[in-house]
Amino acid sequence: MTVKQISVFVENKAGRLAELTEYLHQHDIDMRAMSIAETQDFGIVRIIVDDAYKTSCILKEAGYVVSITPVLAVEMSDEPGSLFGILKALGDGGINLEYMYAFLTRKGGTAYMVLRVEDNEKAAEVLNKNGFRMITQDVIVNL
Amino acid sequence: MEHYYQPEIECASREQIREWQDERLAKTVKHVYENVKFYRKKMDAQGVKPEDIRSVDDLHKLPFLTKDDLRDAYPYGLLAVPLGDCVRIQSTSGTTGRRVVAFYTQHDLDLWEECCARAIAAAGGTKEDVVHVCYGYGLFTGGPGLNGGSHKIGSLTLPMSSGNTERQIQFMCDLGSTILCCTPSYAAYLAESIWERGLQDKIRLKAGIFGAEAWTEEMRHDIEEKLGIKAYDIYGLTEISGPGVSFECSEQTGMHINEDHFIAEVINPKTGEVLPDGEKGELVFTSITKEAFPLLRYRTRDICILSHEKCSCGRTHVKMTKPLGRSDDMLIVKGVNVFPSQIETVLLNQGYPANYQIIVDRHNNSDTIEVQVEMTQEMFSDNAGIVAEREKKLVDALKAMLGIYVKVKLVNPKAIARSEGKAVRVIDRRNLYQG
Repeated sequence: MTVKQISVFVENKAGRLAELTEYLHQHDIDMRAMSIAETQDFGIVRIIVDDAYKTSCILKEAGYVVSITPVLAVEMSDEPGSLFGILKALGDGGINLEYMYAFLTRKGGTAYMVLRVEDNEKAAEVLNKNGFRMITQDVIVNL
Repeated sequence: MEHYYQPEIECASREQIREWQDERLAKTVKHVYENVKFYRKKMDAQGVKPEDIRSVDDLHKLPFLTKDDLRDAYPYGLLAVPLGDCVRIQSTSGTTGRRVVAFYTQHDLDLWEECCARAIAAAGGTKEDVVHVCYGYGLFTGGPGLNGGSHKIGSLTLPMSSGNTERQIQFMCDLGSTILCCTPSYAAYLAESIWERGLQDKIRLKAGIFGAEAWTEEMRHDIEEKLGIKAYDIYGLTEISGPGVSFECSEQTGMHINEDHFIAEVINPKTGEVLPDGEKGELVFTSITKEAFPLLRYRTRDICILSHEKCSCGRTHVKMTKPLGRSDDMLIVKGVNVFPSQIETVLLNQGYPANYQIIVDRHNNSDTIEVQVEMTQEMFSDNAGIVAEREKKLVDALKAMLGIYVKVKLVNPKAIARSEGKAVRVIDRRNLYQG
């Protein structure tokens, strides 16, 4: 029901993000999605990758501070109004969003919304009830 | 023309000063031996009796006193008179860990204020002057000391305290302040603000008395030029009384120590050996006129040089250089004493690792302090709000500990250089100490 999101601490300094992505590239990690939350002096890079386990291992080895969080990745059609449908369902169900970001895949017509909520199970139940589909980690690998 | 507050004391013969010191030292040693268990125990352990201390020549027989001793004795351990005879408390900066509380009888306050009055007079102050005090008031000795000194002279005193630059400048213009008392960095800031507003012609300042932090000759020239004044240095520490332990005269080549109240020695900080005039070492003070809180051979940790050379101002009291450094790791930031160990305590309490670096700098004549802390797995979260909140909690805890704003910068793990052996905890980019 969930996918694994990897969050990495990156201090706000020129070249830090390039360093991180170069390192991922060297280890042949394929990113599916990425979002950055920034404050004045640091950023949190959140990524969804093909191999979450390997990614977290190599990052920790390189001395990065990393956390793995299960998040929901909801399928939606790539057309106006689909995000509204998801958000309305969550709102009506009393689910609070901490943050979210979207990604597209090579397959046309489908977009995915990554949702970070406090209670994944409860949110999944609400989404299921409203006919939305969530993908799992195995699906991510093959996207 | 040189101004004095107490010319008969400030210009007394060396013999006369020596006579005062011998007599007052013996009296003070007897006083603390009889009234303070701490001194009695320490002197007994050293095998020294009050009768053994007859003159300044015997001073070296007494044990040293350190800031740790003062901290251990908190609050009443070194009090030498009944609490009922005390009328005031002042305290050093730092709210925990390194707190030192000093007690004053009315007599002690009078002598402290007289010392400050001498400093104001040396800067040309008379009863016709308007003395603008923007040192902090309260537990900090800066405000109360200069305020009291100004009263002794009979000058009109403006107890401005620190902050609110708009109002400082307005009062300076409207009330015709002639002598400014504050930290040198605030003086430089005020000077700049006055020029920005184009009010330099409305200012009637003629002198400034600036202390509580290190400053360079360049800074002095800058302030003197911008404000059209003569800038005088002043030195002191709460433990010994407060500002006015020593002060500059018109010659501006060192600060005269008020030797009728304080005996100064310079020692080798490693061996404790007393050094002759002209040699650089740690400054040690013995207060010989105080009632409530007399300190014998207190190690200031300030490094300086003493000189008995004749001064053109006519004063005969020994001169000390500006502090040339510290024999411990204390930093003075915005006039506040900061020990790296205090910062370390806060970091550990807040769950951060003890891997940190303190970076002190000065921008536009104002001190800045930044603590770089390495991010850890435990303190991290995928939620930026949570990390920022933890960071703010750390800033608040540092502020509570030190009394000043410390910028926190979270850095990548291992980002702080590990040097071989001793870690470099402090990078001070100000280069304040000359010589």
